[in-house]
Amino acid sequence: MAKITLDKLRHSYSASPAGPDDYALKEIDLDWTDGGAYALLGPSGCGKSTLLNIISGLLTPSEGRVLFDGKDVTGLPPDQRNIAQVFQFPVIYDTMSVYDNLAFPLRNRGVDAARVDARVMEIATMLELEEQLKTRAANLTPDNKQKISMGRGLVRDDVNVVMFDEPLTVIDPALKWKLRSKLKELHQKIAVTMIYVTHDQTEALTFADQVVVMQDGVIVQIGTPVELFERPQHTFVGHFIGSPGMNILPCEVTNGGAMFRGQAIALEGKIAKTGQSTEIGIRPEYVSLSDTGIPAIVRKAADLGRHTVVEAMTGDVAVSAIINGPPPEAGAEVHLSFEPSQTRVYSDGWIATEVAS
Amino acid sequence: MSLELRNVTKRVGAETHIHATSLKLDVGVFNILLGATSAGKSTLIKLMAGLEKPTTGEVWVDGQDVTGLSPQKRQISLVHQFFVNYPHMTVFENIASPLRVAGMAKSEIAGRVEEAANILQLGPMLKRYPDELSGGQQQRTALARAIVKESRAIFLDEPLANLDYKLREELREQLPDLLAGRGTVVVYATSEPTEALLLGGNTALIHEGRVSQFGATADIYRSPASIDAAMVFSDPPINLATATKRGNEMHLGPSLKWAVSGEAGGLADGDYTLGIRPHHVTPTRPTELSVPLSGVVQITELSGSESVAHLSLGDQNWVSTAPGVHAYQLGKAHEFHMIPGQCFYFAPDGSLAAKGAAHG
Repeated sequence: MAKITLDKLRHSYSASPAGPDDYALKEIDLDWTDGGAYALLGPSGCGKSTLLNIISGLLTPSEGRVLFDGKDVTGLPPDQRNIAQVFQFPVIYDTMSVYDNLAFPLRNRGVDAARVDARVMEIATMLELEEQLKTRAANLTPDNKQKISMGRGLVRDDVNVVMFDEPLTVIDPALKWKLRSKLKELHQKIAVTMIYVTHDQTEALTFADQVVVMQDGVIVQIGTPVELFERPQHTFVGHFIGSPGMNILPCEVTNGGAMFRGQAIALEGKIAKTGQSTEIGIRPEYVSLSDTGIPAIVRKAADLGRHTVVEAMTGDVAVSAIINGPPPEAGAEVHLSFEPSQTRVYSDGWIATEVAS
Repeated sequence: MSLELRNVTKRVGAETHIHATSLKLDVGVFNILLGATSAGKSTLIKLMAGLEKPTTGEVWVDGQDVTGLSPQKRQISLVHQFFVNYPHMTVFENIASPLRVAGMAKSEIAGRVEEAANILQLGPMLKRYPDELSGGQQQRTALARAIVKESRAIFLDEPLANLDYKLREELREQLPDLLAGRGTVVVYATSEPTEALLLGGNTALIHEGRVSQFGATADIYRSPASIDAAMVFSDPPINLATATKRGNEMHLGPSLKWAVSGEAGGLADGDYTLGIRPHHVTPTRPTELSVPLSGVVQITELSGSESVAHLSLGDQNWVSTAPGVHAYQLGKAHEFHMIPGQCFYFAPDGSLAAKGAAHG
């Protein structure tokens, strides 16, 4: 296990990068402490896989260093970095039994038989695979194959880090849920540093203690799931996290206050900076339908069982609200009210309001 | 326009993939097939589309028996999970291909392609090749090809499963508007309960090669006809436990009991399987009518907006989801609450015996 430091990493797939647009990673500085559960979250093409490949050694960065426990490993090939990886598709030996599959990474390193047996049994118990140890891997269901892949990633206790690259993509939703909580449980038990790469906010937020959100080769925000949800530092994070994402509404700032469609909007605190464009950010969870407020017309209401997602139009701007109780009819005239403590202003994309003290 | 399966079965060798199924899907509403992987959704779609022949039974479209007809003759469109585009053709050519096959005049093709491309926001991409597009644009191209021709039915087999989360959200939002008013039967297969609820319309729950329930999506969510239906239509899975009815009380474990009235009050004495969805098991006390449960918290997950706790309750493992941030200590007993009116009670054969008053 190790602390991982990324020091001024930049990477371009082009041999002679001309400008920032030629960089898949623009400049990454990051410290991951030993034993944590981390997630790299972002849409396709944001650079998260590039970053993962640099950490694992499959890719050498154009600039910058990768340090494990302060030791520079930038030039080391993957097999000398002492890491374990779990990929999107199960990587197992079909002809071997489940037991031999789990034992393989240990035997490969010359671990003695008694120790191999103890570790395999421990991991198999945690993953509830005890009954299947003698089964040939070829005969397993896809989710059990992926469990074995995970087990192989976790069986060595001397690795610096275990990396998961979209490990649940091919798994059925119902089982995805089980494997996700299994992984969380494993981390709570064995506390090895884990990095989980995904585009799925639910997977990232439920797995990680700390999530790194990336867009266009840049880290936009690093935070706990609650921080990312409660107070996104950038409108991208607000939009990307949450279902539906944060409402981002164009507004005008006059006399230190924010005006949306001609109405003054109460904010969490005072506006500390203004830029070219200003927007109000409010999560649908904090928008309610009330007797007074901003007039709007319901475009549609989706009944999700545990709550209703309402989409209402204020002029040509759509606002989403998550409400409890009976869904309003499409076409109904309603008023929207925003919870002031959760209403923020963003300037050129970045948060501009101060937290009220 | 409607599409109908009449007593359709599908056997492959000794295995039955689809048990006798009758289902009538109408135009003007989203028809969702909801079920786990390999429940039989894709097989049903292939049978409806004509890509597979039923072992017994008939497929009818708009009052016509089409069982023996090829997909082309049935005039249907199909969109797969894996976006299928011709790599050597531009977006324009890809979208135009079904019209060319149908022998449409060149002048008419251009107009139709542009219309479909505009609806799917592919206007500026028409000259590009598929490998120059993002995943979302590729799937939108496949969708454009499916809607460009007149078809009597359009089948979408988990069309968003391979897309990024946010893209999925966007397209899911657009799809119902896009397909509304086209006068075509829409069939959409998914394995995600939330997706079904978001799309609304009608849902057929598919479990082990059978349609276990069919009806308005929100209705069957609130009234699952069986444990299987409740399991398919709950994410995370519905919590289950054995409860015993004695007189006008329901008993759970050695120490918990509550008074039952309404449907549940009318049940005969005996054992039932109680089902309650995770968001109805809460760490805070919702009303005075709630029943306290002591659960040992095993795992916790925080999704920002929601706290998830996996708890052991006697020999049952339950899940609680609640809005906001709740601090749980692992391995410690915490008090949770449930409202009896939110419970479902299933008979020993698995069928719904009674549901709590809160489900309406």
